[in-house]
Amino acid sequence: MLSADLGIILPEIILAIYAMLALLGAVYTVKDGAASLLVWVTSGLFLAIAVWIGLNGTGINIAFNGMFVDDGFARFAKIVILVSAAAVLLMSEAYMTRRGLLRFEYPLLIALAVVGMMMMVSAGDLMALYMGLELQSLALYVVASLRRDSLKSTEAGLKYFVLGALSSGLLLYGASLVYGYAGTTLFSGIIQTAVHGDLSLGLLFGLVFLISGLAFKVSAVPFHMWTPDVYEGSPTPVTAFFATAPKVAAMALFARVMHDAFGAAVSDWSQVIALLSVLSMFLGAIAAIGQTDIKRLMAFSSIAHMGYALMGLAAGTAFGVQAMLIYMAIYVTMNVGTFAFILSMHRDGQPVSNIAALNMYSKREPGKALAMLVLLFSLAGVPPLVGFFGKLYVLRAAYEAGLAWLAIAGVIASVIGAFYYLRIVFYMYFGEERDDPLDKSGSPVLWGMLMASAVIMVVGVVNLFGIEGAAAAAAATLVN
Amino acid sequence: MDNLLSIVTFLPALAALILLVFLRGDDDAANRNAKWLALIATSATFLISLFILAQFDAQNTGFQMVEQGEWLLGLQYKMGVDGISVLFVMLTTFMMPLVIAASWDVSHRVKEYMIAFLLLETLMLGVFMALDLVLFYLFFEAGLIPMFLIIGIWGGKNRIYASFKFFLYTFLGSVLMLVAMVGMFADAGTTDIEQLLVHQFGSETFSVLGVQIVGGLQTLLFLAFFASFAVKMPMWPVHTWLPDAHVQAPTAGSVVLAAILLKMGGYGFLRFSLPMFPVGADVLTPLVLWMSAIAIVYTSLVALVQEDMKKLIAYSSVAHMGYVTMGIFAGNQQGIDGAIFQMISHGFISGALFLCVGVIYDRMHTRDIDAYGGLVNRMPAYALIFMLFTMANVGLPGTSGFIGEFLTLMGIFQVNTWIAAVATSGVILSAAYALWLYRRVVMGDLIKESLKTITDMTRRERAIFAPLVIATILFGVYPAPILDTIGPSVEALVSNYQTALAAAESATQVAVNH
Repeated sequence: MLSADLGIILPEIILAIYAMLALLGAVYTVKDGAASLLVWVTSGLFLAIAVWIGLNGTGINIAFNGMFVDDGFARFAKIVILVSAAAVLLMSEAYMTRRGLLRFEYPLLIALAVVGMMMMVSAGDLMALYMGLELQSLALYVVASLRRDSLKSTEAGLKYFVLGALSSGLLLYGASLVYGYAGTTLFSGIIQTAVHGDLSLGLLFGLVFLISGLAFKVSAVPFHMWTPDVYEGSPTPVTAFFATAPKVAAMALFARVMHDAFGAAVSDWSQVIALLSVLSMFLGAIAAIGQTDIKRLMAFSSIAHMGYALMGLAAGTAFGVQAMLIYMAIYVTMNVGTFAFILSMHRDGQPVSNIAALNMYSKREPGKALAMLVLLFSLAGVPPLVGFFGKLYVLRAAYEAGLAWLAIAGVIASVIGAFYYLRIVFYMYFGEERDDPLDKSGSPVLWGMLMASAVIMVVGVVNLFGIEGAAAAAAATLVN
Repeated sequence: MDNLLSIVTFLPALAALILLVFLRGDDDAANRNAKWLALIATSATFLISLFILAQFDAQNTGFQMVEQGEWLLGLQYKMGVDGISVLFVMLTTFMMPLVIAASWDVSHRVKEYMIAFLLLETLMLGVFMALDLVLFYLFFEAGLIPMFLIIGIWGGKNRIYASFKFFLYTFLGSVLMLVAMVGMFADAGTTDIEQLLVHQFGSETFSVLGVQIVGGLQTLLFLAFFASFAVKMPMWPVHTWLPDAHVQAPTAGSVVLAAILLKMGGYGFLRFSLPMFPVGADVLTPLVLWMSAIAIVYTSLVALVQEDMKKLIAYSSVAHMGYVTMGIFAGNQQGIDGAIFQMISHGFISGALFLCVGVIYDRMHTRDIDAYGGLVNRMPAYALIFMLFTMANVGLPGTSGFIGEFLTLMGIFQVNTWIAAVATSGVILSAAYALWLYRRVVMGDLIKESLKTITDMTRRERAIFAPLVIATILFGVYPAPILDTIGPSVEALVSNYQTALAAAESATQVAVNH
């Protein structure tokens, strides 16, 4: 029995053991000298595990009496998490080496965070959920303040930690209420207590607190306050990481809790999530307009994008979950490319994040400017780029679930949001020549990521690389 | 050839891709190659598109040369043409080589310029051929990206403001259409335009937030589509982006905008609004007709006081598009025939007028009417061509401008005499502003020092105008080729529209009687 359980959870175990062994090995030997190697090995391991999960995973496997669920939904989310984490890790190497930030702990902390995320998306129990969430969060608090001698970076780490602890508290309080009224922490048990779609008042309270805690993790309004500061203060590669894998994990966890534990009471949480969604979309779109720092701008952009993903979740249907998964996969791809571009912005060796520094960038680096142009229009959701299809999926899910008002609000927010993406295009293409241009070269890895992501945005129109079917199958295992 | 339409659509995009990948360098040779490749690609597209016209059977009112393939989300890649769309396809392929030739003197980022125009051609052709809702939306919206860049990079002094206004205005208009499309998908279960044309959308009155919606779902869908097409058209009072965009865009950009992009709105009304939501259209027809009549008179008056030549022609475009919407919503054969004819002919005429402005702008670098005067003395050929198109713009019999205006007025007269009367006064106003412009720019003595050395049109410029002159006069004297092509399809459209209205009418009667 135990061996079967361990077999199901093997990918997580391998990754965790690798992280601990590598940590020990590096501490007692070359320390930071091994950092570069560890980055490559960790990324390689991520990709290998992603391929393994993709090829081998079949059916629904339940381990540890329902604490851990390995189904199509979890596998889809895990593959997105692993691949995006590997991509971001590879992108950060050159940047961090140049600034003397590359410590051997960095890739290993990321690996531990990824283990936490994999636990989150597979959680079948409130305890497993909390364990995964905290493992992820603790690792992330540390990497946020990786640049110890920078005031902003330490501030970011501290802010993230304090607010993160608060949200964990909310989540735990919700979990305790749910446990008190349902008598179990297992999702499969909680769902039984909602007979005829009615939740008792205590469960409803617990549900609201759970949603608040989860909304903090996906940085949905009104639990978004930490996002801009943490994005701006953290070293850029860490920001890139924050914007990708943890968002997918948190969103998948959100869907998991809502459908697995409260799937019988869709109408109770659908309205709450719809409200979170509409607030996020509008705040993200409007607040980004005034930003001059591209990292802060991307923070608000990610808030807006989470709003759209939540729109799919608010639908409360299998199609809604499918739309959300596709949206997140597209969002992550776009963000990897965008952050590859941001990481390559530097002048005289110093990183630059002011948007105005991009003035007439297209004159000097037409190729990179064009790739960024494609990504920006894709982020804005302009067809024929893939970003548009993400929006189309969630709009359709919301409309079919009777949330036409949410769909209309979403498209209006997307018009407002288009403005700030266009503003970057404006600087790159229509601006005035500056006498202090950005440095020309970037690392080949960054260039490759940027180009790959832009090409995916264009070519993906043909069939989205088949993720539609995979996401549909994944959603079907979650929602029955 | 089974996929003729796809070949025509994507040939320019292929050329753009070749330019993007293979053309290196920024010297004169590279620029020349970019221009020639763009010219060859657009000309080849035009020649191949002649096969579409040759294969087209006007008597068949269904979609022809249909191509179909599976796509994602239950959508389809489906292309086809019918009597309503085939001429817009031809107009696009016909205009594009002229547009490329007209931008031969561009010296700033030539490669990107050509890529933008080639992509724009693919997207415009796609709009007129797409037979799937989302595919249509894809092409319709994607056109904003190259146009945004064309205005923003190669535009005039105030180009930033104009490009942002253009983008956000039209984007806002069309996202509502996107929601409506999602709604249609949910209601009909398909995005195939051919099937949607026979699907009956609900028209029972219901109330939203306490407001009674007469015509029900159809009215709401109509309004959402209307928001998009009215902005694109553009109709008064959402026309204000157009003068800005026109003034700031480079000449070729203005030509494409006036000759083809504006026609997408009219095409959309004919493809979606009228046949798919007949009851909704009927409910809102009075509103649309009065908006058109106001547009014709108001924008003509505004044109009268303009100091900038391009702005004047832009306002005159808005007025002429007023005739088009008026003709479409007259809902009878003459009105719709006239509207389509007017759109085609306006493509030639307004395109030519913007080219006329471009000719003297290239020489003097100003569009102020006051800066000119007496050009006839040094530019006789230019004066002749400009006069022809001024007259065509006024709607002089013998030019194609007359046929379209006359047919739309005849169509609307049968429906609403008052609107016909108001709109007809616009004909007089258009004569006033057009002739006054001509007098101030071309006639009189050449007294301005700066104009003393101006030269007449070059051979390249004359060659660009020649096809437009021929088309304007030919279709003005002998409009039958166009009317015969669109006639049967329009007839089917009108009879379907009237049948649907009658059916809805009797359904209401039955409901009342019970």
